[in-house]
Amino acid sequence: MAEATIGRPTPQRLSLWARIDNNRTVLGLCMMLPAGALLLVFLSYPLGLGVWLGLTDTTIGRKGGFIGLENYELLFDDSVFWLSVFNTFLYTVVASAFKFALGLWLALILNNRLPFKALLRAIVLLPWIVPTVLSAIAFWWIYDSQFSIISWSLQRLGLIDQYVNFLGDANNARAAVIAANVWRGIPFVAICLLAGLQTIPQSLYEAAVLDGASEWQRFRCVTFPLLTPIIAVVMTFSVLFTFTDFQLIYVLTRGGPFNATHLMATLSFQRAIPGGQLGEGAAIATAMVPFLLAAIIFSYFGLQRRRWQQGAAND
Amino acid sequence: MRKITRRDAFKLGAGAAALAASSGLAKPGQAQSLSFTPEKGAKLRVLRWKRFVQGDEDLWMANTRKFTEQTGVEVVTEHESWEDVRPKAAVAANIGSGPDIIVGWYDDPHQYPDKLVDLTDLAEYLGDKYGGWYPVAREYGTRQGRWISLPLGAAGNCIVYRKSWMNEAGFDSFPKDTDGLLRLCQALNKNGHPPGFALGNAVGDGNVWTHWLLWSFGGQMVDSNNQVVINSPETINALEYARELYETFIPGTVSWLDAHNNKAFLSGQIGLTANGISVYYAAKTQGSAFVDDIYHANMPVGPVGKPTELNLFTQAMLFSHSKYPNAAKEFLRFMWEKEQYEPWQQAAIGYITQPLKAYESNPVWTADPKHTPYRDTVANMLTNGHAGTLGYSSAAAMADFIVVNMVAEAAAGREAAKDAAARAEKRALRYYKV
Repeated sequence: MAEATIGRPTPQRLSLWARIDNNRTVLGLCMMLPAGALLLVFLSYPLGLGVWLGLTDTTIGRKGGFIGLENYELLFDDSVFWLSVFNTFLYTVVASAFKFALGLWLALILNNRLPFKALLRAIVLLPWIVPTVLSAIAFWWIYDSQFSIISWSLQRLGLIDQYVNFLGDANNARAAVIAANVWRGIPFVAICLLAGLQTIPQSLYEAAVLDGASEWQRFRCVTFPLLTPIIAVVMTFSVLFTFTDFQLIYVLTRGGPFNATHLMATLSFQRAIPGGQLGEGAAIATAMVPFLLAAIIFSYFGLQRRRWQQGAAND
Repeated sequence: MRKITRRDAFKLGAGAAALAASSGLAKPGQAQSLSFTPEKGAKLRVLRWKRFVQGDEDLWMANTRKFTEQTGVEVVTEHESWEDVRPKAAVAANIGSGPDIIVGWYDDPHQYPDKLVDLTDLAEYLGDKYGGWYPVAREYGTRQGRWISLPLGAAGNCIVYRKSWMNEAGFDSFPKDTDGLLRLCQALNKNGHPPGFALGNAVGDGNVWTHWLLWSFGGQMVDSNNQVVINSPETINALEYARELYETFIPGTVSWLDAHNNKAFLSGQIGLTANGISVYYAAKTQGSAFVDDIYHANMPVGPVGKPTELNLFTQAMLFSHSKYPNAAKEFLRFMWEKEQYEPWQQAAIGYITQPLKAYESNPVWTADPKHTPYRDTVANMLTNGHAGTLGYSSAAAMADFIVVNMVAEAAAGREAAKDAAARAEKRALRYYKV
């Protein structure tokens, strides 16, 4: 007991400032302040303003008043809005599924020993590097009702009589814009998954081979489980990019024909800026937030490392 | 009634002169020679849409330089893609900062009239001097009796066709009415030279021809009290006609945006479309093999018996955030005067049709008879908010492609005419709320 008393430093009366000065929590908060301020000004404020605008009847050039949920009530009764919700989901789900499957496939191919590996990987990245507007213009020509290279080739091969109506038919147009988005999005998925593949220790494969595992079994039991965390991150980003896509649609169809390719993002822009209905446009954009949040939550849980990956049993 | 004495008249005149002087008018009372004294050290920022024909930009800039030489006022001109001007103007109006003058489209000024400088003195002066404004220009430029913008004119829209193919189809001259147009299109299609009109979400071409079609049959989005009346027998007649016309079109027009018909016409795939004079200009400057075969005609008249065109109307707005309103007004006056306006129209081979009647006599309209139909496009047009007023609702309804979608749905057989009209009515009601 006596020892303990001797060992303890004599309590000093510190001034408030000294206590703050010595406090690690305060120091930590100070360090975070610049980043926090940036997030607040450039992220939270615009987001908050967007949500607020969605609750007002603001139009271009006129400050609106608070109208509660009236914009949402109006949208609830708007067939074009619901069509855009449907289109957005269809676009996101189908394009993301294709991007995942083809991207994973491409990553597995690129992970093998190939001649000119570095060059091939660089080439694969091209669609991702080219600005979307430029690639969209290329697709605009590819899908042209009169000058399409695809239609031209198919006709020369004698496979079709009439040019394909790529963007003039609702379902064709949906398929066409999804295909263009998939083309553009594959490299991102492929390169990220490739990076993930290269972190998998070779010894695991060797052990599997010794156990007599087939190629499929090695993929199913080694590659895929170890790739899951990175798949979760990559696909979350991919879904977010696809869900909020704008440029491709804007260049290719402007949401036509008959609004069959209008996404929530393009409709929000059309209503808010050329149409001047800022409040309604903001409401459409805000309506996207819950879906985006769901994707982020999915990624958060996907990111949680499984216990077995840290050496514990997987239950 | 009180008699006005000589003394009163003198007081009134002095008051008017003082008022004019305070608003920057240098020579009050002389309608034929008005000018504004630019503020000291004035500099102007002008934002306008990027030219569709090169000659427009060349002469616009030359005129601007001339203005700077004469007045010493530096002018910075920014050129934006035509569809980007509207959002930029809206932002400028909202935040009270940006270019002094923006040359925008359609009903832009009616969305933020209180953010704009009153141009009544300048507009009335120009009107008096140059034979008056066409009624539609006055409608676009004024709100509650005051001028809130200065109409520059309209990118006129006419039927562009191949004369030899029209003759081959059995027509000596271009039909003047919608029935004749349908028969011509049917004959053209039979001969393998189908027509094509944009039916996708084409901001310019799509809106322009579908509004003409709707109005030519007597249909309209709203009546003069802004009541939605689009679901009418007249509209349904227009849509039935659209379906018949569509059957003659080249495949794929439902996907067409603004540039598609130009490309299809210039490559010889279609024999007839509706467009500005830019197709002819491109054919001429690119040395097209069939430039001599390209002819123009005004949009045919429908059952209503009078022209019902819609053309891309453009007007200059002077924002109240401008620090140099007098310099800006002087710039506008200078650019709209005959010495500058007519050569500018000529350089653009009449891409923009004048809003002032006197410029009808500009030699550009007769130098090449093929230009002549474009001369009358502003005289023949209605406002995009017809028959209601211009403002938020008219802008929003057009930006949402309500008429274009309605015509496309009915023409392509996706909806029956009456259902397409009913859908359009429901959509229009959202914007024209009571």
